[in-house]
Amino acid sequence: MRYIRPSSLEDAVGLLVEASGKAAILAGGSDLLVRMKGGFIEPDLIIDIKAIDALKHMTESEDGFVIGAAVPCAVLGENAALRRAWPGVVEGANLIGSKQVQGRCTIVGNLCNASPAADSVPALVAAGAKALIRGPAGSRIAAVEMVPVGPGKTSLASGEIIEAILLDKRQPRSGDAYQRFTPRTEMDIAVVSAAVNLTLDDQGIVQSARVALGAAAPTVLLVEEAAAVLTGSRVDDGTLNRLAEVCSGACRPIDDKRGTVEFRRKVAGVLAKRVALTAYQRAGQK
Amino acid sequence: MAGIAVSTKINGDNAEFLCHPDETLLDVLRDRLGLMGVKEGCGTGDCGACSIILDDRLVCSCLVLGAEAEGGRIETVEGMAQGDQLHPLQQKFLEHAALQCGICTPGFLMAAKDLLAKNPDPTEEEIRFGLAGNLCRCTGYDKIVRAVQDAAGVMRGA
Repeated sequence: MRYIRPSSLEDAVGLLVEASGKAAILAGGSDLLVRMKGGFIEPDLIIDIKAIDALKHMTESEDGFVIGAAVPCAVLGENAALRRAWPGVVEGANLIGSKQVQGRCTIVGNLCNASPAADSVPALVAAGAKALIRGPAGSRIAAVEMVPVGPGKTSLASGEIIEAILLDKRQPRSGDAYQRFTPRTEMDIAVVSAAVNLTLDDQGIVQSARVALGAAAPTVLLVEEAAAVLTGSRVDDGTLNRLAEVCSGACRPIDDKRGTVEFRRKVAGVLAKRVALTAYQRAGQK
Repeated sequence: MAGIAVSTKINGDNAEFLCHPDETLLDVLRDRLGLMGVKEGCGTGDCGACSIILDDRLVCSCLVLGAEAEGGRIETVEGMAQGDQLHPLQQKFLEHAALQCGICTPGFLMAAKDLLAKNPDPTEEEIRFGLAGNLCRCTGYDKIVRAVQDAAGVMRGA
């Protein structure tokens, strides 16, 4: 095994392209090192991207936020502007692992690990976040929900690296929220989760919405029918009940020791109601 | 051995070592540098026994490669006491009997040190959430929480 710490993204892509055996990208390492220890993966080459300056920063501009692939989740929670603009995204990112893991793990790593239960992904999907991808053919941008294609599998082509997550500039009267169900409050993985992001018009009516469910299918689910239920409403009880029905119906969950299909369906609806209300209240405050 | 040459600062002293590419920082600290205060519990980032502070961030040293520590500033439990003078957290862990078998203790001390550096006057709930990444199978946690609260008071000069 070799370990290389390139100082530019071009070098990292070059190393990936030229790698003869199995190459792995190392950012926080909170998934990769565990998988190596368990013998699930034996990379021939580890490419540590943390010395690439451009990936180490989170920036805010007129267009929104750019969160580099090597930025640990703890940094998201420490950024007041991001917390104000995208509280749901920060909630999801800060639920991953412990304090110890927070200082290492990244949202890009969480996305590329492609677990259906990834905590940061539903809120990113609800937020309409994009992945900025660099590969041998240049750069491209993909919606976050297009990245995972199944448990542990992504749509990234050979030689491609996600260099950053892009979040739009926040519109006025907007709010988002994320919640998950876990048997205990800390150090656990979502049994099922939900995220809602919405924008109100000046009358307080939902103008646009996005609803995403986690751990409810092989990949994160963007539930457009649920967004349609919220749109045009004031998030009243009737709307919330329809939202729960639609979300429960959209689930295609697994049955395992952590939760039955029936339980996951039911809780997906309950969580969708709760996060829709929180997002609505947050939107009303801005 | 052929290995990766890594240059770090550990508990204030320059430290250089050679390591294999797949060797964790935990293994380097224990097996190459003799810092046995860093404990291995699970080896997968779940128990916190190997917690250290790397560049002002609390991390599990089992989830960091030795090679990743290049240029890094590392703090371990060995750097807490000043000569014979225990750190207030260490003193309060003793006074409150906040340890039994002791395997989790260095990790708890590092986690508590990191917590108090960022939040000098935490509530009980903040302490419990702040230390949620550290497992203890002996004490039931209450004595640890009391020790951290007491130490926080001492460190604030209260």
